[in-house]
Amino acid sequence: MSEMQIRPMTLNFGPQHPAAHGVLRLVLEMDGEVIDRADPHVGLLHRGTEKLIENKTYLQALPYFDRLDYVSPMNQEHAWALAVEKALGIEVPKRAQYIRVLYCEIGRILNHLLNLTTFAIDVGAMTPLLWGFEEREHLMEFYERACGARLHAAYFRPGGVHQDLPDGLADDILKWADKFPEFINDLETLLTENRIFKQRTVDIGVMNREEALNYGMTGPCLRASGVAWDLRKSQPYDAYAEMDFDIPVGKTGDCYARYLVRIEEMRQSLRIIKQSIENMPTGPVLAPDNKVTPPRRADMKNSMEALIHHFKLYTEGFHVPEGESYTAVEAPKGEFGVYLVADGTNKPYRARLRAPGYYFMAAVDFLSRGHMLADSVAIIGSLDVVFGEIDR
Amino acid sequence: MEQATFPLDNVKQALSGLIEDVSAESGEVVVRCAAAHIIEVLTALRDEPTLAFDQLTDLTAVDFPSRPYRFQLVYQMLSITHNLRMRVLVSVPEGEVVPSVRPVFASADWAEREVWDMFGIFFAGHPDLRRLLTDYGFEGHPLRKDFPLTGYVEVRYDDTQRRVIYEPVHLTQEFRDFDFLSPWEGVQRDIQTADDEQESAT
Repeated sequence: MSEMQIRPMTLNFGPQHPAAHGVLRLVLEMDGEVIDRADPHVGLLHRGTEKLIENKTYLQALPYFDRLDYVSPMNQEHAWALAVEKALGIEVPKRAQYIRVLYCEIGRILNHLLNLTTFAIDVGAMTPLLWGFEEREHLMEFYERACGARLHAAYFRPGGVHQDLPDGLADDILKWADKFPEFINDLETLLTENRIFKQRTVDIGVMNREEALNYGMTGPCLRASGVAWDLRKSQPYDAYAEMDFDIPVGKTGDCYARYLVRIEEMRQSLRIIKQSIENMPTGPVLAPDNKVTPPRRADMKNSMEALIHHFKLYTEGFHVPEGESYTAVEAPKGEFGVYLVADGTNKPYRARLRAPGYYFMAAVDFLSRGHMLADSVAIIGSLDVVFGEIDR
Repeated sequence: MEQATFPLDNVKQALSGLIEDVSAESGEVVVRCAAAHIIEVLTALRDEPTLAFDQLTDLTAVDFPSRPYRFQLVYQMLSITHNLRMRVLVSVPEGEVVPSVRPVFASADWAEREVWDMFGIFFAGHPDLRRLLTDYGFEGHPLRKDFPLTGYVEVRYDDTQRRVIYEPVHLTQEFRDFDFLSPWEGVQRDIQTADDEQESAT
């Protein structure tokens, strides 16, 4: 048979592709079945969050954070709350810190459940998704019972959390936390030693330590490449310094290592959830400074000052002193940072949101070069990208 | 916390002659340098073993229309080896070209594309400086302060032409920008910022 000349082909992946995890348009330059170059076109979900925040008061800006990475909303509110608290110099009550840690870890499990199971369906396993979403429903119920919303919580506020946990919720979370390890084991029996799953993920999208740092990887994607780095440990915020947990670290830096790291992180999150409930102190959940946090409803019936505070807080908001700061939290996907420039008024002058997924997406080109077309789906699945935060 | 032991002297030593100013205000270390030196500064920060800033966490810009150097570029640096954070600030006037740090840190690739897209700051030596987040064929730089919040064009599907069309923005209700600032506080603030700006200009 004579030699055949194959023309390089350009393939358009998405924006309406189920494995694109949202609205990703990926322009692939193919040499047969092998990817020569991947050019992600993002921005289809761009809503101009940073510009909008410049036109809102500090409190009004908070709900935008739920809509960035809509899979783990509270973790991002946390970054904003911490950034504003840092600029204002206010102290958060201990109980509020514990509630925040509790809900951040619930958010982490929510996120990992969604990612691991959709990753599995991308490479051909249907059952984990059906099981995982049932568990997510329990967790969303906990969200709902604390703040009234399943997704867009707006629960963490500068100065604490909006309201205290209702009676019985902590016990129900503990009960769930006792049952959940069984689910993780079941999930692992489906995937961890699954021959097809391993064939699709092992040695796919490998990144070593230097490459991962160079490409700005954070969170599980960085840890899968063998870097023991977790902001909850190295630069602890709120009550994380008082929690006892381990950081899983991968060895190979491929899609399979990223999967394993997330599985183990769910177990560690459970440990933190249990500790934060068992050691949760009693007391207020909002800082007492009524210039920043709303007065209690009962006080407003009797106190003129409380009424004025309430009115001023929800119209004018609070003024944040001039200055700039960078605050980062360990969101489930990686480092979520807020670079806040305040000019002394009631609105932020500039708020830059550093989304972890943005840098993951930028690395897709590097990761998928030389791999087959089907592997690009595994790579995108293992990176854990959500377009709410990439496009902002 | 970790900033208490920040090796400020090492930074000064490693960057001597390259930077204009080092400060450690409210626990965050800030270095200012000229746009022409940015590649050398970031390379020195990365390669100096006592600092080892091995990750460019983020790169963004802030627009200050009243300043002579209109844009401030912000490079967030993270040292995983020593658990340190710092940021490098670069002031650039409108229209100036900044050397790209893409050869030093791969994470600058999309970050610089976004700054170009949102602020219109051009990076020399970037391999692929296209718009990233805005629409295909978009005009203007949305995060500049003189860009209106509503934008200039809106998109809709036109049934008669059977395609998506772009039209100038039509607001059914005028854009409402409530000024909640107390006039007394406002006056005080304006005098103060005007003073500051005069000082920084001279």
